[in-house]
Amino acid sequence: MLAYLIRRLFYALPILIGVNVITFALFFVVTTPDDMARMHLGAKRVTAEAIEKWKAERGYDKPLFWRTEAAGADKVTDTIFYGKSVRMFALDFGRADDGRDIAREIKARMAPSLAVAVPVFVLGLFAAISFALLLVYFRATYLDFAGVVLCVAMMSISGLFYIIGGQWLVSKIWHLAPISGYAEGLSAAKFVILPVIISLVAGIGSSARWYRTIFLEEYTRDYVRTARAKGLPERLVLFRHVLRNALIPILTGAVVLIPTLFMGSLLIEAFFGIPGLGSYTIDAINAQDFAVVRAMVFIGSALYIVGLLLTDISYTLVDPRIRLS
Amino acid sequence: MKFVLLWSDILFFLLIAAVVAGGAWASRVEHLRLAWRQVGQSRVGMATATVLIAFVLVAMLDSLHYRERLPGTQGEHLLGAQENYAVEVRSALDAVLTELRTRTEKTYSAPLATHLFAKESLDADLGRDFPRLKHGGAHLGEDLTAHDHDIAAKAIKGLGLGLLGALAFGLASLPLRRAAPHLAWNAQLATVLVLCLLAGVIVALAGDYHVLGTDKVGQDVLYLTLKSVRTALLIGTLTTLIMLPAAVVLGLLAGYAGGWIDDVIQYLYTTLNSIPGVLLIAASVLMMQVVIDTHPEWFATAAERADARLLALCAILGITSWTGLCRLLRGEALKLRELEYVQAARALGVSGARILWRHILPNVMHIVMIAIVMDFSGLVLAEAVLSYVGIGVDPNTISFGAMINTARMELAREPMVWWSLAAAFAFMFVLVLAANLFADVMRDAFDPRVVKR
Repeated sequence: MLAYLIRRLFYALPILIGVNVITFALFFVVTTPDDMARMHLGAKRVTAEAIEKWKAERGYDKPLFWRTEAAGADKVTDTIFYGKSVRMFALDFGRADDGRDIAREIKARMAPSLAVAVPVFVLGLFAAISFALLLVYFRATYLDFAGVVLCVAMMSISGLFYIIGGQWLVSKIWHLAPISGYAEGLSAAKFVILPVIISLVAGIGSSARWYRTIFLEEYTRDYVRTARAKGLPERLVLFRHVLRNALIPILTGAVVLIPTLFMGSLLIEAFFGIPGLGSYTIDAINAQDFAVVRAMVFIGSALYIVGLLLTDISYTLVDPRIRLS
Repeated sequence: MKFVLLWSDILFFLLIAAVVAGGAWASRVEHLRLAWRQVGQSRVGMATATVLIAFVLVAMLDSLHYRERLPGTQGEHLLGAQENYAVEVRSALDAVLTELRTRTEKTYSAPLATHLFAKESLDADLGRDFPRLKHGGAHLGEDLTAHDHDIAAKAIKGLGLGLLGALAFGLASLPLRRAAPHLAWNAQLATVLVLCLLAGVIVALAGDYHVLGTDKVGQDVLYLTLKSVRTALLIGTLTTLIMLPAAVVLGLLAGYAGGWIDDVIQYLYTTLNSIPGVLLIAASVLMMQVVIDTHPEWFATAAERADARLLALCAILGITSWTGLCRLLRGEALKLRELEYVQAARALGVSGARILWRHILPNVMHIVMIAIVMDFSGLVLAEAVLSYVGIGVDPNTISFGAMINTARMELAREPMVWWSLAAAFAFMFVLVLAANLFADVMRDAFDPRVVKR
């Protein structure tokens, strides 16, 4: 197991390097620091000095890969590629445009993101599985048909509509929850409840429909026929046999998402004013803060790779037929 | 008048030509013809296809672009000087909707209203009141008692008009019905009837009112929603079109060739896949903005720049979304290359490229087709979100996302300005729902793994 894990970690490294190279190419080769400076400084007639100053402030006034005039290791280390890209592996992301340390900012903003994302993940999984179970229990009836139609209709509605409509209805008309904002500690619950409910409603359509097909596929297996043949009531077939077996693909499929919960949700956080990583990213995109966007891309990819690793491990844990080697 | 061919127009019409050609090809292949017949026999399939075709027709009208000739002065004309064209690029849809486009009000007005939404000080002694609209209900004059009556009369006239239109369509399509009697024509006719009735009422009312109200700068919301259809369809279709060659070629190659080619391609898509989609899109769009803004000399008109941005957005969305299809195709090619007929072809000395083209590609086409329709609805929804985040289409491009983004600010007003939001969401909902249902029908028909009932 440990050997397998270590080997998988080594497989992950080239992918992370690949991500790093892609972001580097995107941010420094496709658009040169000069272009970025001109864009950032806005005006059409920017002086060369202003550009140089902008680049110097952010450490972009270096060669891309190789510094011929420097001595020794500085030839490699005193470059943009080393300073901006390689250093990310040591979780050193540099400073944002407002001068704050990105790594520290990320640490501070993880908690609010998790406060929304974790309940959404857990409750969403629970709600979608329950709804799918209900549909499957009444399969091939009008209730099932109506449920599927409802799912398709719900997944055809824009996520923006759920957010705007929910904010309007719950906060403005019914005055049940604050429209946006956030507080530390336990009082956060008041602010978190509406975004969580809205995310649940917005997501249940597609996931319940997807889980329903997994359940139905499980019904075609031989063991279901055996269970019925030995006289088990339909209820027990569903809950004792089908549910347990169908949970394997559902839960292992959800594992990959767990690490990415740290990233938060862009839309929800932006609309509800939650100071998490999602709204941090949105603010950075709107302010064209390239350093922050670069850091978030790197962290997001790293978390996704961790998620893939966790998926592999969870397969072995739930299904004894799979051996890691 | 001078015709303007934007790149997105070319691609859009190419796409439609490809769909028609693909349909002709599919009708000659037995198993595909059977699958299409199943789609045609499904009531949901016919109804949703009708709705989608209606949307495509609007988008096609909106893709015929031209620039109007400016009336030059007499002298210039005699001298044979270079003709001048308006900077603004218009489309055939704009020409059809000239009335809607030009009759702008000062600011917000509710659907079918006769007065502006906000009070203004009219006169020194009259105080503040709702000013009369310039165009909405202008034919009524100052006497507004007939307002409701007028709307009802016009709506009934519109219903009659729609009924006539549906009847005409039904009669015109009789030969088609005879030619293929087993298809679900009734569902199609019912959908046409609903569409015609709706269109009839809107047309009858749009002459004198703003059916869906006006937005902040007084533009007719109906006009904006109709213009948004093209953007939504382009993003939904061109994205898949752009990514398709790469996904198909790389996926089949990885599955068929195996070895180090497989390793490299797998590495490529795992890497791209591991970057969170929204972030990769955000980073790419930011960079694209920098490139476009620093090279204003590439684009002759604002429309061309907006068009370039739209295409670039499609390409970026395509780059982030081709990995799923690529992986599916790789798996399928892995299976297919072990089948007897492929083995036989290899034993007969057929080259690898030819095997891929003749024997493997036709047998994965159903996966490609399913993927195209399945991706469409997600992309339409994604456009709205991306435009909200600020990494969507050009600010000058009319799109559902842009409409929602501008209307969102007004929700805090009391009373609320709800109509532009409602119009954008309603049109989007109908489009996406039709696409989702159609995709389901297509998947049931084309996917051999789905048990036929």
